[in-house]
Amino acid sequence: MSRRFTVVMAALAAIGLVLPWFVYPVFATQLLCFALFAVSLDLLFGYVGLLSFGQAMFWGGGGYAAAVLLQRAHVDDVFAILGGIVYAAVLAFLVGAISVRRSGIYFAMITLAVAQIQYFTAYQFTDLTGGENGINLATRGLFFGVHITSDRTFYYVVLVLVALGVWLALRVVRSPFGRVLQAMRENEPRAIALGFRVNRYKLAVFTLAGALAGFAGALAVLANRLAGLDMVDWHTSGAVVMMSVLGGVGTVAGPIVGAGIFQSLDYFVSKTAIGEETNMVMGAIFGLCVLLFRRGIVGSFLVPGPKRAKITD
Amino acid sequence: MSPDYLLTQVFNGLASGAFYALLALGLSVIFGMLRVVNFAHGTMYMLGAFATYYGATLFHLPFFAALIVAPIVVGLFGIVLERALLRHLYPLDPIYNLLLTFALVLVIENVVRYFAGALGSPYAIPDALSGATNLGFTIYPTYKLFVIAVALLMCAVVWYVVERTPFGARIRAATENPTLVRAFGIDTGRLVTVTFGAGVALAALAGVLAAPTTNVQPDMGDAIIIYTFAIVVIGGLGSILGSILAGFILGVVQAFGTVVFPPISTTLIFIVMVVVIVFRPAGLFGRPEGGR
Repeated sequence: MSRRFTVVMAALAAIGLVLPWFVYPVFATQLLCFALFAVSLDLLFGYVGLLSFGQAMFWGGGGYAAAVLLQRAHVDDVFAILGGIVYAAVLAFLVGAISVRRSGIYFAMITLAVAQIQYFTAYQFTDLTGGENGINLATRGLFFGVHITSDRTFYYVVLVLVALGVWLALRVVRSPFGRVLQAMRENEPRAIALGFRVNRYKLAVFTLAGALAGFAGALAVLANRLAGLDMVDWHTSGAVVMMSVLGGVGTVAGPIVGAGIFQSLDYFVSKTAIGEETNMVMGAIFGLCVLLFRRGIVGSFLVPGPKRAKITD
Repeated sequence: MSPDYLLTQVFNGLASGAFYALLALGLSVIFGMLRVVNFAHGTMYMLGAFATYYGATLFHLPFFAALIVAPIVVGLFGIVLERALLRHLYPLDPIYNLLLTFALVLVIENVVRYFAGALGSPYAIPDALSGATNLGFTIYPTYKLFVIAVALLMCAVVWYVVERTPFGARIRAATENPTLVRAFGIDTGRLVTVTFGAGVALAALAGVLAAPTTNVQPDMGDAIIIYTFAIVVIGGLGSILGSILAGFILGVVQAFGTVVFPPISTTLIFIVMVVVIVFRPAGLFGRPEGGR
């Protein structure tokens, strides 16, 4: 682990601890959720080279699952979150089983197309999902004995949970399993020749990434008390790709930074004359980033370190 | 269901399949030459429709002139994009040009929405094509027949140019082995630019044809590009014949699916795609090769 990486993580932790005292706590919680969401994408794109362009189906799917459980089954918040994770993991396993048969550009197109099935399901099964209105939730309750009705208290609960998710992602990419993933990214035929069943590894990491995205989505639903169609919209899949690339893929820390910067910038741009059409600015920044700055912010900062994102070259 | 009714559904399917086929064809032509999946293909379709609309409102450009002018204008715009932006990423993993063209989608679409508004504008069917034609078994909208005819004609033209002319032979050769083709003194860079412009022009032509059938609105490309992606995955990306056939066939499949179970109209193409990938990962007409 490089010293620079430690510096980045420490800075992120420090910002995370004080954030809800400087910005609106619900917005801050949203940032945390997107950070974990972006990390889930990094597991695929950064460490295996699989660009999932349908990651919103797990984020939104997990969010909707949690919301339906809360609204219909009146479960505790904890079980709603667990339900969101389980739903997203099962969905990711099924989608992964299909999509890991192809790689590269095909993988991106297939995940994008399959994610539309989740979108239209959420749109059309109005009895369960509320259709265009989404699912509005009442206040939050208890979380392991902690009252999470206050937005700021809930922020800190989410901070702990997101930190756990990020820790898990870091553990995975630094484990022998993670080494195999990176070997596949660098040279898949060689990984196959060494006897690794690459599709099983891909399916495993795809399921894990889906579960993490569902976890983040369920938390976002609890934070906003709303599960809406924008969560399963393919633009959200695109946005999380933009966040990750902007921050620097293959670094875990990069997508966290990218999520924070992307969300903040998007907010500031929306306050200018551009209004709702923020994507003309975000798209331009992202386009320049893809053309000139493929390592991303954190990726560039970590360059002297031993592990830099090879995929960016 | 009477045979006449079923036949009418076939025509409805072919009419929507015409758009899928034109878009999938352009996407495949571009992919075959550049190894770029043009995410902005739906955006170019949208620009084709807007060029038609503004051509009519600002310059009194008639529809039949727009069929020629709009694809040329949008195709030239595509050439500028290729020269200025896409070119820089060819040496890298093709995924980066997918990301770059995704950025183009966001920028172009939001700029159009900023100036034209999110709500669409109607564009009237030209007089010569309004009304209905008696097909014997049913009375069918003339304009839809026109769309089918134009799409079939363009598909035949593109197929002929690529497969049967010396120019097409160069394109196919440059697709297989660009280094060798350059060694023969052929400017592959120019071939790439021309191919991209032609593919974009096909998308714009689909947009012109779409203008009288839907509201001309900035997000019209969003809806159709993902269907087109699914269709080229089904047909086999890079396969010209596969894209054309998959486009028309999926149009018909969707029309029948909608009759049987209306809610499935939005997802049927994606479901078919999943089934195809399970049994034929390379698509119906694609050559099995490495993922890239």
